[in-house]
Amino acid sequence: MIIKTDNNKAWWLVLPVFLLVAFSAIIPLMTVVNYSVQDIFDQNNAYFVGADWYREVLRDPRLHDSLLRQFIYSFSVLAIEIPLGIGVALMMPTKGRMGSLCLILLAIPLLIPWNVVGTIWQIFGRADIGLFGWTLNALGVDYNYASNTGDAWATVLLMDVWHWTSLVALLCYSGLRAIPEAFYQAAEIDRASKWAVFRYIQLPRLKSVLVIGILLRFMDSFMIYTEPFVLTGGGPGNSTTFLSQTLTKMAIGQFDLGPAAAFSLIYFLIVLLVSWLFFTTITYMDKAK
Amino acid sequence: MISWMAWTLPVAIFFSTIGIILVCMTVYELHSPCVERKGFLPIATTRGDRLFIGLLASAYFHLLYVGFSDMTLWLPLGLSAVWLAIVLRWG
Repeated sequence: MIIKTDNNKAWWLVLPVFLLVAFSAIIPLMTVVNYSVQDIFDQNNAYFVGADWYREVLRDPRLHDSLLRQFIYSFSVLAIEIPLGIGVALMMPTKGRMGSLCLILLAIPLLIPWNVVGTIWQIFGRADIGLFGWTLNALGVDYNYASNTGDAWATVLLMDVWHWTSLVALLCYSGLRAIPEAFYQAAEIDRASKWAVFRYIQLPRLKSVLVIGILLRFMDSFMIYTEPFVLTGGGPGNSTTFLSQTLTKMAIGQFDLGPAAAFSLIYFLIVLLVSWLFFTTITYMDKAK
Repeated sequence: MISWMAWTLPVAIFFSTIGIILVCMTVYELHSPCVERKGFLPIATTRGDRLFIGLLASAYFHLLYVGFSDMTLWLPLGLSAVWLAIVLRWG
């Protein structure tokens, strides 16, 4: 059924938001597109180069490598944090002081800024003065995140898991609390096992919060910059250099504005596609209900 | 005032075209509001969804083309226009 619109005056209310978005996103985006097709030396010396920067960036092994690393990192983060977050939420006390205490403890890592998290783990992982690094080495594990690629990856992943699993756990906790008691009573009457309760009651009811959790964690991990930058500086070699760090090196380190602009537009298109896929999945699931 | 944006003619044409498409879609929508429908795309879409899908796919098609070929960009542009028309009509 099509509803006939009487007037469109309400659209004027959207105008401030539109102006804000134009100022903070659309105009800068237009500028980046302009930069991406020119070789800019200074404000008066810019030469049109067409799609050359895109060609260069798309064929750059550095971009391929950091894109691959980025996807491996983001999917590893999801593969660890989502099941772990669900597990933590299931084990949390539902009532009383212990419940409140757990909520507070879980919220603490979320309040710590990215650069501080990087610094904490940088020191924590050191073999000489850090408890984590020192303990591993004392146990006979040859652990050094500054020189070993595997150790660097493990530390960067562990750091993210430490920082962000709480978010997934809190989301799942709120989802679990929203399940009516009658569902559990019905399961009890049917003598359903714990697994059956999880599989057929809790998990389906957690679907929407999980989609939000996956979306948030994917986006956040896909744009990660500060934590690995502080912890490993992208090393050893380039092993923990992710997309945003490659981009920053190109734009600010080398001041290659043209290739950096082309790179950021490709980055933007990847984020746009993934966000759209998630958004479509969410709305599709809502419609299916 | 806008010299810092380093405007070039092709980019200006590109954004003007996008702007014109959006204005036309708005006018078309006001004139005859669209209904969500299912075409050859796997999901039910509105007119705006189909435009977005068409444009995003065109952008990726251009990137693929530029990544693998040194030939003129008119070819992917033409194919993208055809693709956009197909998605809008039958998507």
